[in-house]
Amino acid sequence: MSVRSELGGALPPAIIFDRIDKRFGAVHANRAIQLAIARGEIHALVGENGAGKSTLMSILFGFYRADSGRILIDGQESRIASPSDAIAYGIGMVHQHFMLVEPMSVADNLLLGHEGGFALGGGRKALLARLDVLARDYDLAIDPDAIVGELPVGLQQRVELLKSLVRDADILVLDEPTAVLTPGEADRLFALLRDLKARGKTIILITHKLREVMAIADRVSVLRQGALVGTYPIAQTHEAALAAAMIGRRVQMPQRADDAPIDTPLLTVQNLSARDARGRIAVMDVSFTLRRGEILGIAGVAGNGQTELLETLAGLRPHERGIVRFTHHDIADASPDDLHALGIRHIPEDRLRYGLVSQFPIWENCLIGADAEESALIDRPAAIDDAAWMMQAYDVRPNNPLLRAGALSGGNQQKLILGREIEQKPQLLLVGQPTRGVDIGAIAFIHHRLLDLRAQGVAILLISVELDEILRLSDRILVMHQGRIAGERRAGETDERDLGLLMAGIA
Amino acid sequence: MDALALLQIIESGLRLSVPLIFACLAGLWSEKSGIVDIGLEGKMLIAAFAAAVAAFLTGQAWIGVLAAVFASTLLGLLHGFASISQRGNQIISGVALNMLAAGLTALLGNVIFKQGGRSPPLDGAARLPELALGQSAMTILAISAVLLTALALARTRFGLRVRAAGENPAAVDNAGASLTRLRYGAVILAGILCGFAGATLSLGQAAGFLPMMTAGQGFVALAALIFAKWRAWPAFWTCLLFGLLDAVAIRLQGVSLPGIGAIPVQAIQALPYLFTIVLLAGFMGRAVPPRAAGQPYVKER
Repeated sequence: MSVRSELGGALPPAIIFDRIDKRFGAVHANRAIQLAIARGEIHALVGENGAGKSTLMSILFGFYRADSGRILIDGQESRIASPSDAIAYGIGMVHQHFMLVEPMSVADNLLLGHEGGFALGGGRKALLARLDVLARDYDLAIDPDAIVGELPVGLQQRVELLKSLVRDADILVLDEPTAVLTPGEADRLFALLRDLKARGKTIILITHKLREVMAIADRVSVLRQGALVGTYPIAQTHEAALAAAMIGRRVQMPQRADDAPIDTPLLTVQNLSARDARGRIAVMDVSFTLRRGEILGIAGVAGNGQTELLETLAGLRPHERGIVRFTHHDIADASPDDLHALGIRHIPEDRLRYGLVSQFPIWENCLIGADAEESALIDRPAAIDDAAWMMQAYDVRPNNPLLRAGALSGGNQQKLILGREIEQKPQLLLVGQPTRGVDIGAIAFIHHRLLDLRAQGVAILLISVELDEILRLSDRILVMHQGRIAGERRAGETDERDLGLLMAGIA
Repeated sequence: MDALALLQIIESGLRLSVPLIFACLAGLWSEKSGIVDIGLEGKMLIAAFAAAVAAFLTGQAWIGVLAAVFASTLLGLLHGFASISQRGNQIISGVALNMLAAGLTALLGNVIFKQGGRSPPLDGAARLPELALGQSAMTILAISAVLLTALALARTRFGLRVRAAGENPAAVDNAGASLTRLRYGAVILAGILCGFAGATLSLGQAAGFLPMMTAGQGFVALAALIFAKWRAWPAFWTCLLFGLLDAVAIRLQGVSLPGIGAIPVQAIQALPYLFTIVLLAGFMGRAVPPRAAGQPYVKER
């Protein structure tokens, strides 16, 4: 603490971003951003994907270098050329995708880059003492010998946070920290953040969940297309205003009609079990039915078997045991090709891995998995025309079928896949994380199309970690926890808190 | 088989395993840091050649060892430059290294010695002296290298960072350590160890250099590395097992087995390689390599 602060004098802001500008090729990621973060505040940074939040924070943490502009820390101009510089300035970062070495122990992860000498013994001893203090002060106990990759996600995040705390970071940047947490875990994280703030830490929270912003932040800054739209004290703003600032217009989110007729069961799953890529049981005795004109939502924290369930149903992963029936067909061992013939289509969770060949042009991607024509030859002009029409119908921009699929934004890639699969007129659509990394405008579009399909009598299995999405679209909701169905709810008879308890395996 | 014969097999098995141990440790350091090294063979070969040339010219084995380390490290740095600085394909760079070494040693050998690529026989101080039980100082050095590798990986800053670099390079970068320096460090270590491996071949086990004298041992070392799941002590035991097998194979030459008769020499010589395939294919659990091995590190975007 400086003398000035003891005297109650005005402190300089913890961080000033002064006209930070950054381009990646044609993309202008940060446009002369001018932003001050006050010492001891929780400052939320919101914006759509690609708005420039992560770029700005990567510049602060020395991952990227700004093309122009400067960063002032405590009023002094800083020189941050690498993460080690940022660490020396007391900046700590909790990355959305944790920067952890999974096969190593918690202690080794915390020591990395901060070993305290050639031999590890001394540094390890000091670290354990420091962990004891932190465990007492912040209720952040952890087993230092545990292997990080074997810890649940919530604890992995704790390790990531502890990396900053053992280095005595004053400024903490958290990038989408609640994306992997249950609502209950998120509440505990927020309590911790308030505690850290009370002890004088400055916190920058990157998020796209406006409800969280309203709940925890002191001030919020909105970025759009690389530029700062504005900074607002929380008391003087509200969710709708922030959403409008984020996207530059108002978006009407579609609502599910309550009255859709529900037909006979289309898909029946009984006691289905499957293993994950490492050979461990990931799906355990899962049973459910799905009817025509119904959206069945499957909620759960990422990594609780939803991915494996979806892949098993989509014919991408062998099942261990159990029955899967589509009308009267046994499809437990069916290949994707067999499923296509029955009118079952799949929108994969990982669009770049299973959905698209990002190096291929869009029109070729539109042919992949399309029903085989009589001719083995491709009619190139016709295929390009079809792709252009489809892109028009599904609002894929820019409307140029010759572009590489990888050149599209996440939202447009997703709309492309959605269009391709829907145009095959499915009876059953298996959908995984349809709006992950997708901007709000595209989310509204995708939700509209899914609800249209439901109205047409298509059965939809929707797997998502976004509870908002699950609650808005689903007729019924199943919650997965550790590979099992932890509970079933009807739409309108549940809420985020109730589902959160099921997701945590408590209820 | 009497006790004396058994002792002889163990002695010669240990001796034969020494180059494998060095090469296997070289691969271990390289791959733990995230650089796949299929150029072990080439580095050993060029080291064996450099050792023979230097020892022949100076008459001093230890100068031969130094020359081997120098040549092998140079080749390793070439691999490092291709795969770390230029972010090239590590497999292709390794293959190129092996071809370069094969061609270069044959060419230079012919130019220098004019004996079809082989060096003149070395003797006296130009060879590594036997200390006891058929072992040279290289055996002691190899066992020390195993001990030091195991210790360094588990207990030192460098070891910790190398392990992390091979699993999640972004985490190392993010923790404020230089990934480039770490990986170059590991590649240089691999070069030095391959240097010892090559020198052992041409100055210890043989009395001079022969074209292609490594005979695939660099690849056997890679197989041993996988079988040992990238751990130092298991690597030692695996290489020792291969060495013993080699020794048994040599012993079996000319021996007539009851019911089968004399086994062709080629079949016996093929045994260790056959064993390698069987070992890798069947008798092991899942071997998970360092996750980032083989992938050049590029920051996002």
